[in-house]
Amino acid sequence: MHNKTITEQAKDLRSGKYSSVELTQAYLQRIKKHKALNCFITVTEEHALEDAKIADTQLSAGNAKLLTGIPIAQKDIFCTQDIKTSCASKMLDNFIAPYNATVIENFNNAGAVMLGKLNMDEFAMGSSNETSFYGAVQNPWDTNTVPGGSSGGSAAAVAARLAPAVTGTDTGGSIRQPASLCGITGLKPTYGRVSRYGMIAFASSLDQGGPMARSAEDAALLLQTMAGFDSKDSTSVEQAVPDYSAGLNNSLEGLKIGLPKEFFSADLNNDIATTIEAAINEYRKLGAEVKEVSLPNMKLAIPAYYVIASAECSANLSRFDGVRFGYRCDNPADLNDLYIRSRGEAFGAEVKRRILMGTYALSAGYYDAYYIKAQKVRRLISEDFNKALSEVDVLMGPVSPSTAFAQGEKTGDPIEMYLADIYTIAINLAGLPAMSIPAGFVDNKPVGLQVIGNYFTEARLLNIAHQYQQVTNWHQQTPQGFE
Amino acid sequence: MSLSADEVKKIAYLARLGIDEQDTDAYAKDLSNMLDLMTQMGDTFTDTVQPMAHPMDQMQRLRPDTVSEHNQRENFQSIAPQIEAGLYLVPKVID
Amino acid sequence: MEWETVIGLEIHAQMATKSKIFSAASTAYGAEPNTQACAVDLGFPGVLPVLNQEAVRMAVKFGMAIGAEIAPYSVFARKNYFYPDLPKGYQISQMELPIVGIGYLDIEVDGKTKRIGVTRAHLEEDAGKSLHEDFHGLTGIDLNRAGTPLLEIVSEPDMRSAKEAVAYMRKIHELVRYLDICDGNMQEGSFRCDANVSIRPKGQKKFGTRAELKNINSFKFVEKAINIEVERQMDLIESGGTVIQETRLYDADKNETRSMRSKEEANDYRYFPDPDLLPVEITDELRKQVKADLPELPTAKKLRFIEQYGQDGESATILTSSRQLADFYEAVIKESGCEAKLCTNWVTGNFLGAINKAGLDINDTPISHQRLAGLLKRIADNTISGKIAKQVFDVLWESDATADEIIEQQGLKQITDSGAIEAIIDKIIADNPKQVEQYLSGKDKVFGFFVGQAMKATQGKANPGEVNKMLKDKLK
Repeated sequence: MHNKTITEQAKDLRSGKYSSVELTQAYLQRIKKHKALNCFITVTEEHALEDAKIADTQLSAGNAKLLTGIPIAQKDIFCTQDIKTSCASKMLDNFIAPYNATVIENFNNAGAVMLGKLNMDEFAMGSSNETSFYGAVQNPWDTNTVPGGSSGGSAAAVAARLAPAVTGTDTGGSIRQPASLCGITGLKPTYGRVSRYGMIAFASSLDQGGPMARSAEDAALLLQTMAGFDSKDSTSVEQAVPDYSAGLNNSLEGLKIGLPKEFFSADLNNDIATTIEAAINEYRKLGAEVKEVSLPNMKLAIPAYYVIASAECSANLSRFDGVRFGYRCDNPADLNDLYIRSRGEAFGAEVKRRILMGTYALSAGYYDAYYIKAQKVRRLISEDFNKALSEVDVLMGPVSPSTAFAQGEKTGDPIEMYLADIYTIAINLAGLPAMSIPAGFVDNKPVGLQVIGNYFTEARLLNIAHQYQQVTNWHQQTPQGFE
Repeated sequence: MSLSADEVKKIAYLARLGIDEQDTDAYAKDLSNMLDLMTQMGDTFTDTVQPMAHPMDQMQRLRPDTVSEHNQRENFQSIAPQIEAGLYLVPKVID
Repeated sequence: MEWETVIGLEIHAQMATKSKIFSAASTAYGAEPNTQACAVDLGFPGVLPVLNQEAVRMAVKFGMAIGAEIAPYSVFARKNYFYPDLPKGYQISQMELPIVGIGYLDIEVDGKTKRIGVTRAHLEEDAGKSLHEDFHGLTGIDLNRAGTPLLEIVSEPDMRSAKEAVAYMRKIHELVRYLDICDGNMQEGSFRCDANVSIRPKGQKKFGTRAELKNINSFKFVEKAINIEVERQMDLIESGGTVIQETRLYDADKNETRSMRSKEEANDYRYFPDPDLLPVEITDELRKQVKADLPELPTAKKLRFIEQYGQDGESATILTSSRQLADFYEAVIKESGCEAKLCTNWVTGNFLGAINKAGLDINDTPISHQRLAGLLKRIADNTISGKIAKQVFDVLWESDATADEIIEQQGLKQITDSGAIEAIIDKIIADNPKQVEQYLSGKDKVFGFFVGQAMKATQGKANPGEVNKMLKDKLK
């Protein structure tokens, strides 16, 4: 049953083919068996089985909701009441949130069963899941390689069938890049579509939660649960949530696809380029028209992103000061010692680098040259997208310039690591929705196709992904040893 | 653009962030590389461009002035490092 | 050398909202520590601020009252610094685009009006409190106050004496209470003030180096703190020293200012727009609403009182010092239908005298405007004399009875029967031939003796006018 999609599982649960407790136990066993992947920070076994029991009662009473009895795992960035929420940091190793994130509430209300909390890069800062306080996550396609990041535990768990579907968050590619590297389907919604309340902030104007699953069809069910207006989040958008499953089977006849020429430059690995081109050919066969477009300021996305994200994170992470919750150093000599040592001892190197960078970019004398400049560049990039998306319906290109790279390969050079997000971060700057869809393999490692839509066109993106998944089976491949 | 170890120490203090003495040079190097990357933006003409703080062109929604939060001190302080008589304790603050 | 003092004030007024500026926790004063600090106020991970509409409305109201520009768009920014009473490590405040732009306020000092510029007023969140009582050498943090909305009102450096600074502070204090946007309670910290003080040789244009005085939370202390700081700066410069820009704490017990070491290190607040909050739009509709709600302001009211009620400046100042008192006064006029002068004399005289003596707030007056009006009516229609009225007033203060009931019960009605008065006067003249002779021989002063005797014989109930007139006739 662990090889089925949640669409199939929901049907089976309703027909009584197996119970939620059985399904949950099956996943809990797989989680134990594949512990070496290090996908989970916390497994909530007891909690899950209790929820599954309740779900079974509801199922047999005919009161099932959208996800009743379906096991889901949550990225450990979403606050879960009475359950540890660490953000993969030593800082929050002892943090039991006194409240649920809105996303968690939404899953509870939909009847989902929570298997546990997933590993990630510390405070979502990283592209390889190697900055976690709880250790790196292995990519099930090749356990010597990284799963991508920051939602690395999420992507690896779905690829290894340790959970049928999970949540992730995406600040600069943190859903799409690991989805691409692990061969699963991931969607970063429009900024403001999914509530950020209770989702521990990295960069507030860029962060967005979204679904990661085996198929577009499953991602639609998850997004249906996650999306919606939340009065507790000032940046949440007050707009009705459409039925994301309703249009999955719409025809793609006449779909206008734009290929940003900057996505297919010399930097792109040839084999990946070939894979992406093949995927685009499939779309031609489905009736789409393809033309070249341009995003002239694309090359400035990385510098602008790292200024803005670092600046926002430097302030967002100031609340971790050892006073009200989280890590506190032993025997602080005075107040500054309390701050300096608590933060110094509990934050990892990458988090520190970004706090330092952001503090510098905001400090007197540099604010205009870095922060304001980056915000202006952000507008230019956003306008590039607006222009391109006025000519075509969606943009397509690669998610990542490479397939899964070796553990440790890029940890010595932060800049090298940042370049792993070269095709994804511009989308966060603009706040647009985008997906990663499994599109083939290079050297037995998955390659993802990126599809970028206009604001609030998630339903159309899911339709576009689903149609592709009707004529290809890349998304159904299972890594060896995880069948 | 390059940052000295001293500058790194100054920024680290501003952020109340302890970094090991032996790591200071490495941070200085990494930050300098990041700054080089960021300096690339300098060539683009942006004098007439409005800074963009949010991806959505929206206005702040306002909350009605009602009290709906109740006392949860016990709950919140159950995870606090050091409390007494309902207060969070910190090393002496000197004014 | 002759020195000139230059003062600018930063006033922090807590907005009188029910809930906090960015959370739904209560702002009520005096709760047990940390029982009114919710997850947002405590800066817990993942929680987010949502702006209170009432705080915005109150800020706009203030702006309109000082004739300021109201920004169509306003932005909240993070001010970054570490302090244990600041849970998030940043304060949500405003830097660029504050809600209230340039405005002004007129103050009066020594009978002269002076215009003081207001540079800006912006909304921000208050911090918590550090309690330094001994917790084994540690400091306790109470975050109940964290997130209470504050309006920071920044003046131009337009004041030239401690007296002017106090007048300005009083004026703002009066205004925010008029507008019902701040309770003005200085003891509870609802209204606080920092003063930027510098001196320069008289005639010099360039400002001297300023010191920022903190923690001066009463009108009395503002004056004292500024004066002592000015003295310190003069002594320092005259003995060859230089003033350094720093934050200084006023110690009321020792009446001195001293440097705050903890704030000495150069701060770099790294302001930037708060990405958790969007720009605030002050719509035309909101402006219109607020404008319609705007009460008559103290200065306008004072001018109207002078014009409409023929008051002198002093009475008008007293009667418009609070909106409640002005309302009370006008209600008395309306209810009694009496001449304004009589009402003015009674409200500013006996009534306020009793209120002040009892240390009461006008809202807690034991005499309603109806009961006071009832008394004034009886003075106006000559039922009782002014002297008797004071007696009645004392009973009004102590009881719930109306003036009419008291007059009736105690038989205080004025004797208006001229026959009865005539009989009494005839008797007095007959009994005191010596005084009659003195009066007739030109000793006018003796006249008072006859009036006194007449009033005594009637227990004060005779109409003094009537007595006077009759005596004059009889003693010709």
